[in-house]
Amino acid sequence: MSKTLVEKIWDAHVVKSETGFPDILYIDTHLIHEVTSPQAFDGLRKRGLPVFRPQQTVATADHNVPTIDQLKPIKEELSRYQVDMLTKNCAEFGIELYGLGHPFQGIVHVIGPELGITLPGKTMVCGDSHTSTHGAFGAIAFGIGTSQVEQVFATQCLLQQKPKTMKIEVNGTLGKGVSAKDIILYIISKISAAGGTGYFIEYAGSAIEALSMEARMTICNMSIEMGARGGLIAPDQITFDYIKGREFAPAGAEWDKALAYWKTLYSDADAKFDSVLTFKAEDISPMITYGTNPGMGMGIQENIPSTSSQPGKEQLSYQKALDYMGFDDDSSLIGKPVDYVFIGSCTNSRIEDLREVAEFVKGKQKAENVTVWIVPGSKQVEQQAKNEGLDRIFEQAGFQLREPGCSACLGMNEDKIPAGKYCVSTSNRNFEGRQGPDARTLLVSPLTAAAAAVTGKITDVREMLAKA
Amino acid sequence: MKKFERTLSATVPLNIENIDTDQIIPARFLKATTREGFGENLFRDWRYNGDNTIKTDFVLNDPAYSGQILVAGKNFGCGSSREHAAWAIQDAGFDIVISSFFADIFKGNALNNGLLPIQVSEDFLSAIYAAVDKDHKAQLDVDLEKQTVTIVSTGEKADFEINAYKKSCLINGYDDIDFILNQKHLIEEFEQAK
Repeated sequence: MSKTLVEKIWDAHVVKSETGFPDILYIDTHLIHEVTSPQAFDGLRKRGLPVFRPQQTVATADHNVPTIDQLKPIKEELSRYQVDMLTKNCAEFGIELYGLGHPFQGIVHVIGPELGITLPGKTMVCGDSHTSTHGAFGAIAFGIGTSQVEQVFATQCLLQQKPKTMKIEVNGTLGKGVSAKDIILYIISKISAAGGTGYFIEYAGSAIEALSMEARMTICNMSIEMGARGGLIAPDQITFDYIKGREFAPAGAEWDKALAYWKTLYSDADAKFDSVLTFKAEDISPMITYGTNPGMGMGIQENIPSTSSQPGKEQLSYQKALDYMGFDDDSSLIGKPVDYVFIGSCTNSRIEDLREVAEFVKGKQKAENVTVWIVPGSKQVEQQAKNEGLDRIFEQAGFQLREPGCSACLGMNEDKIPAGKYCVSTSNRNFEGRQGPDARTLLVSPLTAAAAAVTGKITDVREMLAKA
Repeated sequence: MKKFERTLSATVPLNIENIDTDQIIPARFLKATTREGFGENLFRDWRYNGDNTIKTDFVLNDPAYSGQILVAGKNFGCGSSREHAAWAIQDAGFDIVISSFFADIFKGNALNNGLLPIQVSEDFLSAIYAAVDKDHKAQLDVDLEKQTVTIVSTGEKADFEINAYKKSCLINGYDDIDFILNQKHLIEEFEQAK
């Protein structure tokens, strides 16, 4: 019987399937961080259970960590306590921890791929909704709650209903100044912040196949922003080339065996999806969000849709969002002054993102009214950026290259955007207060963020690229 | 997990759509390492001003509304997977959330904690809002066994779906770990066959 990619991987991991019950799904790799794990460790203690497969569990500290002076004790008491608890729990339960000061430390969804832990055909979970990122390698990867973290600790399995499948095809060629982030913001704006709920999404089509691994991660990362727990892309030569030689990637005979299996991981030609959507790459321009959920996005040259154009029941919430942002119906965002630019997060903090920004800002200066934070996704990304001299380019432009962590994506550490201020951000969520109480977030690509940093206002990066 | 019982209660109506888990419990309050106490910061930035004074126009601060049932607009619980959102809602005294659509992860987290998410039609949701608008103490009768929710004042009744396994977990107070641990031999066999 022909199968979709999701079905192939899912079926290979079902320990037990019984009518009337969710499947017992085997989990190959469990990633954990300091915020969503402590209560799960506590649960194990209460039940008197060990971690069933500690070797299949990897930990890092990312959400709470400072992004300057990372090796000094964390100033904020509760953050320090949470990071210390992770260290203590990992030691007690025998889990490998890439904590502060470790050369592998970083955002959990950046380090998995760069260390060769994330591989095609795997099932992977983490107490973090952006676990969908790892789907870029052709893995089933999804976010879970803390009770499920405890479940995986105790059994290396999860009780899960098999998801519905959706295929999203993007065909054609992206225009200059348009990137993977714009593709995903465009898709979410078309199908809404709830449009993927209940599905695992397979991204396909020539525009997706042309993307690098890091760009594919950006796409899969934001699957959850349309409600889909997982998003994935069939592995191909680009995937295999990326993985080969990484720290924990298979090598030698193991590599050959793995590769042979990975090459079977694609949706069969006549496989049936529960839903199929198709988009044209040529229709996508640099995107920007204007509201308080990621579905409220538009092409940067467009005007904000009017409240009256929204369905009746949704007008109240829509108006509330525009009021929060301080924006008017039918207005353009071009030329609007911004206060902060944040380049980072599990969506856009990899070396290619930093290279793209550096190339654009080389020889330019940030605008005086803007504070620019660049937060690399991991110690390895930070080191690579320094090796390539990107740190000097950023410094000369007046950008601050900080140390790795989730940072201003969710402001659990000190990196918060002040109330009322506008932040052009390469992160994934523009929810009210996400980057700090009453902060206003505009989600964009790294290039559009770099353009705003230089001009101090919302700018169509294509116009700057055309002049260059 | 405590056993879920039939509930007769007034509601707190929150007629807003796409309520994400960052609103339910902002990230800066996720630093606790136990499950208790999150209720204090439920909807923190909607309940309090920046200077910690109370926002009197927010429904959770209005003494006219009370009860164990939170009613909210579609796509409730979207965004972050933080289970703290379910803990916060429960810690603030709610046992049930009613909406016309739930985000997946929130729904799972709620069920894993004995917080019942009930999905109703847009029309029934509007009927609840109308009843509560008329009488702020209007009661709902939620019967998990029969999978029905009834607006007591009008008699309007809706059926709701719940996975049979999850229903039995709620009614009996079991959780998934108990269920899987009973089948550990199958997991070990699976690993050996890989």
